Parts: sequence; structure tokens; C-alpha cells
Amino acid sequence: MKILVCLKQTFDTEAKIVLDENGKIERQGVSLIMNPYDEFAVEEALRLKENQGEGEVTVISVGGQQTQDALRQALAMGADKAVLVDPGDVELDEYSTATILAKVISGMEYDIILGGFRAIDDGSAQVAGRVAEILNIPVVNMITKLEVADGKAVATREIEGGSEVVEVPLPAVLTAQKGLNEPRYPSMKGIMKAKKKPMQKMTLADVGLEEGQIAPKVKAISFSLPEPRKAGKIIPGEPAEAARELARLLREEAKVV
Amino acid sequence: MEFKLSEEQEMIRKTVRDFAESEVAPKAGPMDEAEEYDYTLWDKMAEMGLTGIPFPEEYEGAGMDNVCYAIAVEELSRVCASTGVLISAHTSLCAWPIYAFGTEEQKQKYLVPLASGKKIGALGLTEPSAGSDAGSVKTSAVLDGDEYVLNGSKIFITNGEKADIYVIIASTDKTKGHRGTAAFIVEKGTPGFTFGKKEHKMGIRASSTYELVFENCRVPRENLLGEDGKGFKIALMTLDGGRIGIAAQALGIAQGAFDEALKYSKVREQFGKPISSFQGLQWMLADMATRIEAARLLVYKAAYLKDQGEPYSKESAMAKLFASECAMWVTTKAVQIFGGYGYTREYPVERMMRDAKITEIYEGTSEVQRIVIAANLLK
Ligand SMILES: Cc1cc2nc3c(=O)[nH]c(=O)nc-3n(C[C@H](O)[C@H](O)[C@H](O)COP(=O)(O)OP(=O)(O)OC[C@H]3O[C@@H](n4cnc5c(N)ncnc54)[C@H](O)[C@@H]3O)c2cc1C
Repeated sequence: MKILVCLKQTFDTEAKIVLDENGKIERQGVSLIMNPYDEFAVEEALRLKENQGEGEVTVISVGGQQTQDALRQALAMGADKAVLVDPGDVELDEYSTATILAKVISGMEYDIILGGFRAIDDGSAQVAGRVAEILNIPVVNMITKLEVADGKAVATREIEGGSEVVEVPLPAVLTAQKGLNEPRYPSMKGIMKAKKKPMQKMTLADVGLEEGQIAPKVKAISFSLPEPRKAGKIIPGEPAEAARELARLLREEAKVV
Repeated sequence: MEFKLSEEQEMIRKTVRDFAESEVAPKAGPMDEAEEYDYTLWDKMAEMGLTGIPFPEEYEGAGMDNVCYAIAVEELSRVCASTGVLISAHTSLCAWPIYAFGTEEQKQKYLVPLASGKKIGALGLTEPSAGSDAGSVKTSAVLDGDEYVLNGSKIFITNGEKADIYVIIASTDKTKGHRGTAAFIVEKGTPGFTFGKKEHKMGIRASSTYELVFENCRVPRENLLGEDGKGFKIALMTLDGGRIGIAAQALGIAQGAFDEALKYSKVREQFGKPISSFQGLQWMLADMATRIEAARLLVYKAAYLKDQGEPYSKESAMAKLFASECAMWVTTKAVQIFGGYGYTREYPVERMMRDAKITEIYEGTSEVQRIVIAANLLK
């Protein structure tokens, strides 16, 4: 079974985001991690392979050279191969990234494609769905459980107020939601093996695309940081009195009750 | 000269830091409070391969270098010094001498389960009257047929009671002093081998520290580790490497306390501004960071020399001396930066300051490190 995982390198969840003088997000000095939802996808791919007793897990990313760290982490967790497409210094939107991914994937063998349902940085939750669309295969989003047998995937996905069980023929794209699994830590042996595993690096030209074909359709006009959180308010006094005052403030000032 | 960590060294830091922060850190305070280690953490570390980092894969080790090992102990100790010494004593004080001096059979029988984490290891050297003067051990080992008969006791043994495999230094010939000593591998459960007092300590309180008691404990002759007469030598060489582990532990404690203090200094406000805006504290933070960086370079250098097969006895003593004194100094300053809150158990720096002290004492006190360094300088 050939399993592909699309993954993205994102800012660390604890990174402090600042804007540079051009109003763009400052990337200098920010520590980077594998998008946590993609980590669920990698873990699920490894479990699939282990349960099937055979298979190959390939992790794919579009990004700069430092993205190798995230791919290497997936290799250390147990993935077999990595592919990095470095498009160079160009602006990308979800359309561009999905176009590149789909193009690379269309040249590969695959039975199932996994990814996180969204990236924690831009949070657009579009790329995996677009890849499925371009490849003309089904997509199941936000899965929390996955079983694969007889050329079919049965996935449980979250829907408003409950969950839904969906069956799709393979190949298909499935995107991971929190709760799908508990990703493993890379083992020390895995770390040692990772450096010997293949890491294929490609440019746009290697993929067979030109810059014009991936020109973004969406342009971010401006970025702004959220208002700094205001200090909390401590209501002094006897408990009964303080509670009454709290209720009043919630009703009249915060207008939440 | 290169000051850059390799890819796998970077990766082990990130991996162990993730693990330490999510799995170990939440338990560090409660385990300290309870004076009990939660060994489910051991099982997780075994699964990750943290129980045999510097040993070849053929013995179920990770096949990594000693710099990786130091980084792992540092990162674990950054959140929990008891976890740091659990791994360090197991790896450096028990698995390593078996790896370095053991026969192939001994390695298969003992190193393999130690490295894979199926078994925990410990070293018994110190006795009530043989501390810094470790060559004067009185525990006796007398050959009787195909067995050595051990009598005596060991104190302050890290991982005592919890460990399955013990390397024990005993005297086989009292007339020869430290040249009449030998090392033995003793399994828990061997008749005549029991545990005495559990120590209640100032710091590393989750680490188990026990007295070992040997009363006519019969150990098979094939469990002699290395040559008879070389026990003290084996102990000294083991401690040379062990000091890298303890130096890394001290470094981790210092870094952990510094990280806490830096974070706190930015959010705690007095006189209407963050306390980090006061130059008095800025200078403290600068000194803390500088000493930690110096300690780190000494620790990694000692580990590097060991990896290169070069002499490292002096450097590991220097690393241990400097890093442990750095840990004591930095943690004391960290408590200072926290003020009254730092003195309470609400914040981890109080524990870190208590934990730091032991690094100036075990595996050779700071005085003994200076003796080792001077002896190297003057030889
Ligand atoms: C928590 C803990 C864990 C330990 N774990 C282990 C373990 O796993 N295995 C093991 O074998 N041992 C272990 N030890 C023992 C530890 O290594 C000894 O405590 C240490 O070596 C000091 O010996 P001592 O306590 O007898 O002190 P002493 O040797 O009595 O020293 C007392 C003081 O005298 C100083 N001193 C002694 N001789 C000299 C000298 N020649 N010149 C200048 N100053 C000197 C010392 O530096 C110290 O300040 C542990 C101890 C503790 C507390």
C-alpha cells in the first residue's frame, strides 16, 4: 500500500508573531515545527502501514530548504521517503500549493493521501481538498477514525453536533482532525535512520510547472495583530456580594449573560 | 573548529525537549513531593530508545554519540533532575562499565536488557566509610568454589531498590588496598542481597537512593566484571564518563531555572513595570546566561573528546565542576528573581535549587573534581 502524506512546516504554537516594517509576518528567528494536524496524518500513515504489514509512507512538502527539518522528523517517526518541492522565492496561496502538490503526486503511485485538515498558521483548511479536486478523487475531511480494507476507506468524521461514518473507494484524500491518534515521538534509532532515508529535492521546473501556472489567486492585503489581552479584574469583598457584582458586570459591562 | 550541532544532535534535542515538556514536566513537582518516581515514564523513555543512547545497535543501543547522550540528559534535567539522574546513573554507571569491560556473554546477558530499557541499572561504590576515598571500600568478595561471596554494605546508591542490575565494587584482597578490588555484576533477587535504608533527601527526591546490604551473597564467578584487582580502576574510569552525565544534568537544571526566571521577569510587574526592566535583574540574567553557555561548551567538549577516543578525564572533571557550581549559582539567582514566590512550591525554581546541590556532591564532590584536575595538570 502506497501512502502519501502532505505536510507543512509552520510556526511553533508558542512562537510570538510580530510584523516587520512592511506589515508582513516576521519569519526571522521564529522556531518552526511540523503542523500538528499533519503530525496526526503522519502517525495515521505509519499505523496504516504497520497494520497492513506492508506498505510505503512518503511525506511531501512544498516549502523552503528549512522545511527539510519537518520532513526529517516524519522520517524519524518512521516514514520511508520524503519529497520536498522548493518553489523558490515566490508568493503562494492555497491554490498554488495545491497545484504543486497535485502535480508531484500525479507522477507518483498512491492508494491513499493523508494530510492535516488545516495548518495552524493560516488555518484556511483548503489545500488537501483542492489536491483531491485536481486529482479527481474523493476527499473526507476532519477524520477522527480510519479503517482501510478491500480498496475502501471507512472514516469517522466530525460534523456539527455529532459524527458521521463515511465510506469511500480508494484512492482518496483524508484529512486528520485532533483525536485521530496520539502521534509517537521519534525514537533514537529512528533519528539515526532518518538521515539515511531518501530526501528528494525538486524545483518547480523539476515538477514540470512554471511560475505563471502557480500565480496566487488570493492576495493578502494587510495583516494585523489581535488586541493585547487586557488584565483580568478581581472583584473584592464577601463571596455573596462579589458574586452579585460579578453577575452585574457580566450582564451590564460584558453583556454575555 | 565547528560549534554547530549535527542534524541528529539537533533532532535529539527537539525530540527529548518535546517529550520532557509534555510528559515529564507535569509530573516533576508531584514526584518530588511524593518522593516517588513514576516508572511509566521509564517505559516511555525505553520505547524511545533513551535508555541506551551511546551503545551500538547490536546491543540494542541507539548507536548515538556521547554529545547526543549529554543533550538528552540535559533536556530531561531541564524539567526534572530526578529523571536526568535516573538515565545518567543507569547509562553511565552501570551499562557503560559492562559495555567497556564486560565479556561478550556479559554484554548479551546484561547490556542488551539495560540498553533496551527492559532492565534498570545502578552502581554501588560508596560505603559509609568510603566516600571521596572510594579506594578504601570494605565490602568483601571471597572466592569460594565457582562463586564469590559478598559481605558488606553500600550507601547512597542511586536507582537502589528499583534497579535490576548492579555493578558492585568490592575488595578481594584487603592487603593490596585499592589494587585488591574487583567489580561484579549482581542481579536483584540474588539471595543475601537486600535493601536497607531509603534516603530522604534535600533534592532529586523522586530519585530512589538506597542502602544495599550483602550478607553471604553468592555471585557466580562469571559475573566478575573485568579483571580481579582492577575494581577501583574500573570505578574511576566509569566515573570519568559518569561526570559527563552529571555535568549535563547540572547544565539542564541551570537552563531550566534560567528559562523560568527569564519568563517570570517579563510578566512580574513592580513599580509599574516588568521587573526585567530593572538593570539589577538584567545583569543577573546576563550573568546566568553567560555561565550556562560556558558550562554547555565544557560539557559538550568533554563528550566530544570521549567520542573522538581522546583522553577526557580532566575535561569531564572540569565540566562537572563548572556545570554543577553554575547550576547552584543560577538556581539561587532564579529563586532571587522570583522573590517570595520563588521560595514557595508554587513555582519550580525552589525544587530546581534543591536539586542543583547534589550535582556538587555525587560522582565526586567539587573538591574531588579539583583534585582530579590538579592531578592531571601536575602529572
Ligand atoms: C543522592 C546521592 C546519590 C548518590 N548516588 C551514588 C551512587 O549511585 N553510587 C555510589 O557509589 N555513590 C553514590 N553516592 C555517593 C556520593 O558519590 C558520595 O556521597 C560522594 O562521593 C562523597 O562522599 P561522602 O558522602 O562520603 O563525603 P566525604 O568523602 O566524607 O566528604 C566530606 C567532605 O570532605 C571533602 N573532602 C574529602 N576528601 C577530601 C580531600 N582529599 N581534599 C579536600 N576535600 C575533601 C569532600 O569534598 C566533602 O566536602 C550518592 C550520594 C548521594 C547523596
